[in-house]
Amino acid sequence: MKNNTMESVSNRQLKNNTSFGQVVRNSFTMAYRGLLKIRRTPEQLFDVTLQPIIFTLMFTYIFGGAISGNVKDYLPVIIPGILVQTVISTSIVTGVQLREDMDKGVFDRFKSLPIARIAPLAGALLADNIRYAIATVLTFVMGYIMGYRPDGGLGYVAIAGLLVIVCSWAISWIFAFFGVIARTASSVQGISMLVLFPLTFLSNAFVPVETMPNWLQWFVKFNPVSHLVTAVRELANSGTIGTDFGISLIGAAVIVVIFAPITVRAYMRRA
Amino acid sequence: MKYINRKITFPENGDWAVEARGLVKTFGDNRAVDGVDLNVRAGTIYGVLGPNGAGKTTTIRMLATLLRSDEGSARIFGHDVVKEAQIVRQLIGVTGQYASVDESLSATENLVIFSRLLGLGRAESKRKANELLEEFGLTEAAKRPLKNFSGGMRRRLDLAASLITQPPLIFLDEPTTGLDPRTRNQMWETIRRLVMMGSTVLLTTQYLQEADELADRIAVIDRGRVVAEGTVDELKASVGNSSLQLRLKNTQDMENARQTVERVLQVQSNVSSEGVKIIAPMADANRVTDLLLAFRESGIQLAELSVQKPTLDEVFLNLTGHGVEDTVDLPGESGEVGEVGI
Repeated sequence: MKNNTMESVSNRQLKNNTSFGQVVRNSFTMAYRGLLKIRRTPEQLFDVTLQPIIFTLMFTYIFGGAISGNVKDYLPVIIPGILVQTVISTSIVTGVQLREDMDKGVFDRFKSLPIARIAPLAGALLADNIRYAIATVLTFVMGYIMGYRPDGGLGYVAIAGLLVIVCSWAISWIFAFFGVIARTASSVQGISMLVLFPLTFLSNAFVPVETMPNWLQWFVKFNPVSHLVTAVRELANSGTIGTDFGISLIGAAVIVVIFAPITVRAYMRRA
Repeated sequence: MKYINRKITFPENGDWAVEARGLVKTFGDNRAVDGVDLNVRAGTIYGVLGPNGAGKTTTIRMLATLLRSDEGSARIFGHDVVKEAQIVRQLIGVTGQYASVDESLSATENLVIFSRLLGLGRAESKRKANELLEEFGLTEAAKRPLKNFSGGMRRRLDLAASLITQPPLIFLDEPTTGLDPRTRNQMWETIRRLVMMGSTVLLTTQYLQEADELADRIAVIDRGRVVAEGTVDELKASVGNSSLQLRLKNTQDMENARQTVERVLQVQSNVSSEGVKIIAPMADANRVTDLLLAFRESGIQLAELSVQKPTLDEVFLNLTGHGVEDTVDLPGESGEVGEVGI
């Protein structure tokens, strides 16, 4: 304010549209804001750090003997299962935080700035990838400590991890949609858990499908989560990319194609 | 806060910074804003005065592209707030009633993020953030998270965030509500400085004194409508510089007393909302002597006599015929908290 003169209105370059470059730049700035917030309040990473550790320990020792005879043989089955379950449930936070954010005064400022309307939403989804990455790495590390030695090798394990992150990002659009339309953050949490629980447990993540009743097998085999778990198992345990890999990616794409537009529309109407 | 040494300019003086026509916004059954017209000239401070729930915040939100009006239209420097929203956003700064900054981040981080969003480079954003922090006396607190900020510091940061691109029009929604007198005076100083540099300021307030101190023109708004508009002097003339308040010993004398007041002082008198006091604008203090003599002559006995500065209540009584009422907080107005300035 000191020595600079204020530009008069007629001298300013004004545009009524936002360029694609601006959308990308604004989204990355919003993602940077998300990262800063994580750094400022590291306790919001409790779920992605503790859940992989506790769930991996718990499920492996509870089910290991019953399902595979011993813990070591169960690890190749459970680690991919836990990985998918943990990372997907992490994506709920996207919706919850989005709702909390949209209720705050700072969102008014974002809305009053000449930035891409979509940036706060895109930035939130972008920043959450860091959460998926943390959960993925921790789950594999826990498995390794407990004696899991994936035969596929590090390269395929990394691909498996990336696949899970990509699919979780796609699924986070569903929760982002709940986040945008819900009235309170806790209702987002509630609805999301209701969707997520059947989806992750009615899958092949923890037990062999053959042990389930026929009618349930039909659903479990159809459940995209099962395909993702199978794809991760194939990648990590044998280093192969099978049809389930393709199905998982297609499933992820379908979710994005459906939920991205309706989320964006609902968001724009409110924003 | 530093002093500015640059020549004072009024850019495009005479142009309309804000032109609003028949703005209407309904929340459920409640017509929060019911046909508001506003005209604000560039380079001036315009005050929107009214009690809680009068529709001030809703009006500002519509002008600042945060809320779409149900009816009517508004233009900011000639640009339509709906059709050219993105252009309007390049011309305005908005400081909300509750801090529109990120609670979990530090002051610097907040300003850097807003600067980055506004298209400044990394180094430039840092520089701008530091410059604004220094100017608003927040340098020492720059690294602390906002949770530990006082109300005044938060408001200052909020205002600083609105000034990154030096917008020609700044909306301030109750900039001093809840501030202590010292911080309030600092805020007034800052607002005056902004206008000296060529900005236009539209502020809302519940306090007549604040509008009096700052605004060139005032609109009084009540139940979603503009009930009076004019310069501070015009508005004050309608209530007098100060008001005379009389409480009678016998309420039976009320009618008689009012007639005497109106005859001697030659002004319109009112009965207070509790119905026990006569309130009249006092243009000329000398006439009070005459009034007291007239009371003595007609045998009207006084219980109490006082002279008070006009309050929002009286402006309201005068303009609307009813006092400031405690309106229930309604959706969309929920931000309007704070006591009514009486």
